[in-house]
Amino acid sequence: MNTLFSHLDSLEAESINVLREVAACFQRPVMLYSIGKDSSVLLHLLRKAFHPARSPIPLLHVDTTWKFREMIAFRDQIAAAADPPLMVYINEDGVRRGISPFVHGAAVHTDVMKTVALKQALDKYGFDAAIGGARRDEEKSRAKERVFSFRNTQHRWDPKRQRPELWSLYNTHVHKGESMRVFPLSNWTEMDVWQYIKREHIPLVSLYFAKSRPVVARDGALIMVDDDRFVLRDGERIEQRMVRFRTLGCYPLTGAVESTASNIDEVIEEMTRSKSSERQGRVIDQDVSASMERKKQEGYF
Amino acid sequence: MTRNESSTHTLLRFITCGSVDDGKSTLLGRLLYDAGMLSDDQIEALQRDSRVAHPEGEALDFSLLTDGLDAERQQGITIDVAYRYFHSSRRSFVVADCPGHEQYTRNMATGASHADLAVVLVDARKGLLAQTRRHTYICTLLGIRKIILAVNKMDLVDYRQDIYTSICSAYESLAEQLGTMEVHALPVAALRGDNVGMRSENMPWYNGAALLELLETIDVPLSLGVDFRMPVQWVNRPDPSFRGYAGTVCGGSVRVGDEIMVQPGNQRACVARIVTADGDLQLASFGQAVTLTLDREIDASRGDLLADAVRPAPEADQFAAHMIWMGDEPLLPNRGYWMKIGTRTVNARITHIKHKVDVNTQAKLAALRLELNEVGYCNLDLDQSIAFEVYATNPTLGGFILIDRLSHATVACGMLDFALRRATNVHWQHLDVDKRMRAQSKGQQPHCLWFTGLSGAGKSTVANLLERRLGSLGCHTYLLDGDNLRHGLNRDLGFTPEARVENVRRVAEVAHLMVDAGLVVLVCVISPYRSEREFARSLFAEGEFVEVFVDTPLEECERRDPKGLYRKARAGEIGNFTGIDSPYERPDSPEVHLQTQAMSPDAMVEKLVAQILPGSRQ
Repeated sequence: MNTLFSHLDSLEAESINVLREVAACFQRPVMLYSIGKDSSVLLHLLRKAFHPARSPIPLLHVDTTWKFREMIAFRDQIAAAADPPLMVYINEDGVRRGISPFVHGAAVHTDVMKTVALKQALDKYGFDAAIGGARRDEEKSRAKERVFSFRNTQHRWDPKRQRPELWSLYNTHVHKGESMRVFPLSNWTEMDVWQYIKREHIPLVSLYFAKSRPVVARDGALIMVDDDRFVLRDGERIEQRMVRFRTLGCYPLTGAVESTASNIDEVIEEMTRSKSSERQGRVIDQDVSASMERKKQEGYF
Repeated sequence: MTRNESSTHTLLRFITCGSVDDGKSTLLGRLLYDAGMLSDDQIEALQRDSRVAHPEGEALDFSLLTDGLDAERQQGITIDVAYRYFHSSRRSFVVADCPGHEQYTRNMATGASHADLAVVLVDARKGLLAQTRRHTYICTLLGIRKIILAVNKMDLVDYRQDIYTSICSAYESLAEQLGTMEVHALPVAALRGDNVGMRSENMPWYNGAALLELLETIDVPLSLGVDFRMPVQWVNRPDPSFRGYAGTVCGGSVRVGDEIMVQPGNQRACVARIVTADGDLQLASFGQAVTLTLDREIDASRGDLLADAVRPAPEADQFAAHMIWMGDEPLLPNRGYWMKIGTRTVNARITHIKHKVDVNTQAKLAALRLELNEVGYCNLDLDQSIAFEVYATNPTLGGFILIDRLSHATVACGMLDFALRRATNVHWQHLDVDKRMRAQSKGQQPHCLWFTGLSGAGKSTVANLLERRLGSLGCHTYLLDGDNLRHGLNRDLGFTPEARVENVRRVAEVAHLMVDAGLVVLVCVISPYRSEREFARSLFAEGEFVEVFVDTPLEECERRDPKGLYRKARAGEIGNFTGIDSPYERPDSPEVHLQTQAMSPDAMVEKLVAQILPGSRQ
């Protein structure tokens, strides 16, 4: 019921309210830091919410070992700042089995190195609330997601057991072993995120900005050759193109878009003109139809 | 200039009400299209889907955009409230869309709680329907004061003004009946786009704005309350020199230097600083998330309200409220729930359902319980006073949810209507002699031993033996037997779930008084529900309450059948009999578990004596 402030102010205040609620109501909350733009916004909000104190909620990065090298370098800077502290978790069992998106495919890789890894990390540290940067506008099955999304002891999302969420009154009660996934950016759109990054001068991984990069055209997507683990298929060749990324993930599974937008103003300008939806670049979502719904039920964010 | 960059760009949250038949999906899809919000791949997909759905037609079928949810429904995936986002050059919009017909009340109430405004759709050919009334009622209940009435499918009535006018006047009288609110009506034809994104030439008799323009320009109240209110959400203490109260202002505004009061209570202090990460402010207003520091040390914590000291919020512990039941299990009067209101969580009971409301007709009906999706007007009793506002004045301080204490499900939402007067007039009388002194004079620790189990399990037998044994040890005791109490105190109660809840509540309260008197109280009641046993436990101090599960299998109880009740229940002569046609919820972790078939009565008694009189077994 608020029109006094700009819509970005309203969204910021709403997200801060959610973050404070997590800090106040959970024993062992954590923020899942994925290095992308949404995570960068979340981290910024986390610092704002608890100012002048340091955030009582630490960061956790679930590293699939297939992230872009630039992402890892950026993450290490964030870890060095330790505001708040950042933990890194890798599914070592998956590493030992040599799980690779090139060999095992997107679905197996994502399941083992991301979904299973996340569950392992949550169990290991006993986190009862995990904050993520997902937005409802990203994808159809997320449009109905709650801000506080209940997960059972197996980390499963049961759409039938989600709690009605009225006003900004969040039911934060969980039994031991159950947990909550919390999405403070639920009501933000991709454009809001970019506008906010611009307004607040939030640093980002430079992969979001156009540059000449080595890419391979594969299955209708442009995949960047980020290291020598890249396995070329017959007939494929590496070419230099001006590209940037709209979302970031594992490099073999993340499509680049051709673009000349090399700074934030140009990115916003480009987004205003061109219109293709954000997750198109994500190979994992296209793997199986209705895949997000299924992955969510299995415990993926 | 890029979209939504300017600082005057505001956010409007609205809900759409109407069924697919009214063209709701088409209207929403058309609105997104006209606002230029569809991505190229979405438009391509829409063209493809439209050709499949209508092979002979050329036009885009906008309903297919948002009806994607139908596919999910067919897969058995629950859809309740879906949120959609779009923006124009002037505003950003969040639309709450509730597609389901099932659970409609619950879903619509949820959507409406996030809305400043409702768009109510009416089919021009059909006029007002029962659902129009229902939608409008729920919107009103949730405090939506502005409604856009979109009279749709005008193309199918030849754009006739008289039809539009008669629907508008019928709706206005409906809106008036349901409570004062502002209605903006407009005629649209969503399929063709008349008056959706642009004004239509087909209805020259309509001079008003198209829907998008109306949504962009309509005023929404900034804040309903004028007096400063901020619930303390989190206490910020980075070091001993800083103590800040973090929260979101939910009423009025506050300036540095203003005097505030911590409620409930009457501690006062002045605001020293308004801290934000972007620097200190002089003024914090409705909707802002800030951290306040005060000019003196006071004791405030999460759940307290910081309020204007000159005009503080009222305080009470008993209320009348409208409630919408959202739980799968019905609301039972006198069962305890957690109530979350603002940032505070308290224990609450519904003491009385004054009536339930038929959402279609608003008729008031008598009710003993509330089922899923029913609306009721109820009296609530809290275990402590809270600072509040009535919902119509301040939704944050007057809106609440009830949470089941065992399942932790959100089972209801409610809107405080007013405080019941008796709460402020009945004061707790301070007494000089307390429980500790009474117990001391008897030389014992007071206890409540709560025997639960099926009828015929042996509760009274064991309790009776135990009381004799305790008497021989010099204990002052009393045995409260459920059956005996039903001859007096509980004579008015039957065996329905509602009556059982009330039965246990009364027995628990009496036991509580007796423990307060310093006695060792033995309670024998079937008490089949975990909730009520938890309620009983909640009345006592740590260690005072001993849950004794007298565990005898149903077959054995039925074989013993000391009062011949099982035989009658099996014959259908008595209903609601625990174990037969009424459930018994076994205790999860009772203090004492007596498996009667494996132990002698004497052994059971000694086990209980050891539990409450450690070291007394000579």
